[in-house]
Amino acid sequence: MPRPKRIRKMTNPPHFKGYIPVGLPKENNSVVLNYEEYEAIRLSDFELYGQVEAAHVMDISRSTYARIYESARRKVAQAFVQGRAIVFEGGKVYFNSEWYSCNNCGCWFNHPAKEQEIKNCALCGSTDIEQYSDNSQETTTEDICICPKCGNEKEHTPSVPCKKEICPKCNCQMMRKGAPHHHRMRNNNCR
Amino acid sequence: MKVAITSTGNSPESTLDSRFGRCSYFVVYDTENHATEFIPNPNKESVEGAGPASVTLVASKGVKKVVSGEFGAKVKTIFDSLQIQLIVLNEPEKKISEIIDLLNHQN
Repeated sequence: MPRPKRIRKMTNPPHFKGYIPVGLPKENNSVVLNYEEYEAIRLSDFELYGQVEAAHVMDISRSTYARIYESARRKVAQAFVQGRAIVFEGGKVYFNSEWYSCNNCGCWFNHPAKEQEIKNCALCGSTDIEQYSDNSQETTTEDICICPKCGNEKEHTPSVPCKKEICPKCNCQMMRKGAPHHHRMRNNNCR
Repeated sequence: MKVAITSTGNSPESTLDSRFGRCSYFVVYDTENHATEFIPNPNKESVEGAGPASVTLVASKGVKKVVSGEFGAKVKTIFDSLQIQLIVLNEPEKKISEIIDLLNHQN
């Protein structure tokens, strides 16, 4: 049995269904361009990414990306030369939507309609929202202890765990700033 | 606009169900005419595929947002392609009436 296909990640799905040639009678032999092929053309020829970069964006290997991109170019060329319509359809993809957290009600929400900018929380309408980004690994290198209650910061002493430190203001256990559990505390709206 | 909320019971006093696919009830709330509809979840006891089946049920009601405690891996991709917004609320103690109040406050 062949290995199952890896699901390709789509950041921007097309907001229309396809193209038809001008000045030709309408025929029913359109070229089906998969979503992943559309995304490959978008990344390579519109965003001008290199193959390695684009493959990383779609969460597939470089060689898989090359295959998709080649197939996409051939389909587009076929449609241009033979005057056929292009339809965007199908493909093994999932849509990656951005996640936000609300500091007022503590909820998390995503944003499927990318065209509009998001300003308010989807649940309570508060403007106190922040975009979730998966960069916790970068921030853990910071050597600062923080109090989860009052936000008091203190330089980390090597060999003393942050949770052994006590906040001088509110006698609360401190934690490492930017560590995953610090993110979680912030998002749980702990006060 | 319609919003679906997962609920543990069929009254506004019941609490938010932390699971999406196997929740007890779906509350479909209409933010325009403030109508609520309680739908018992037929997929509560199903062995497999409760999530996608629940998505079909919710999407057939024409909702644009879904509030629940957690969404499974199969469900997220389907909701994304249907352009339905997901709201994860990690407060199992919250009552349905309180969530509806939050939604009203926005409009």
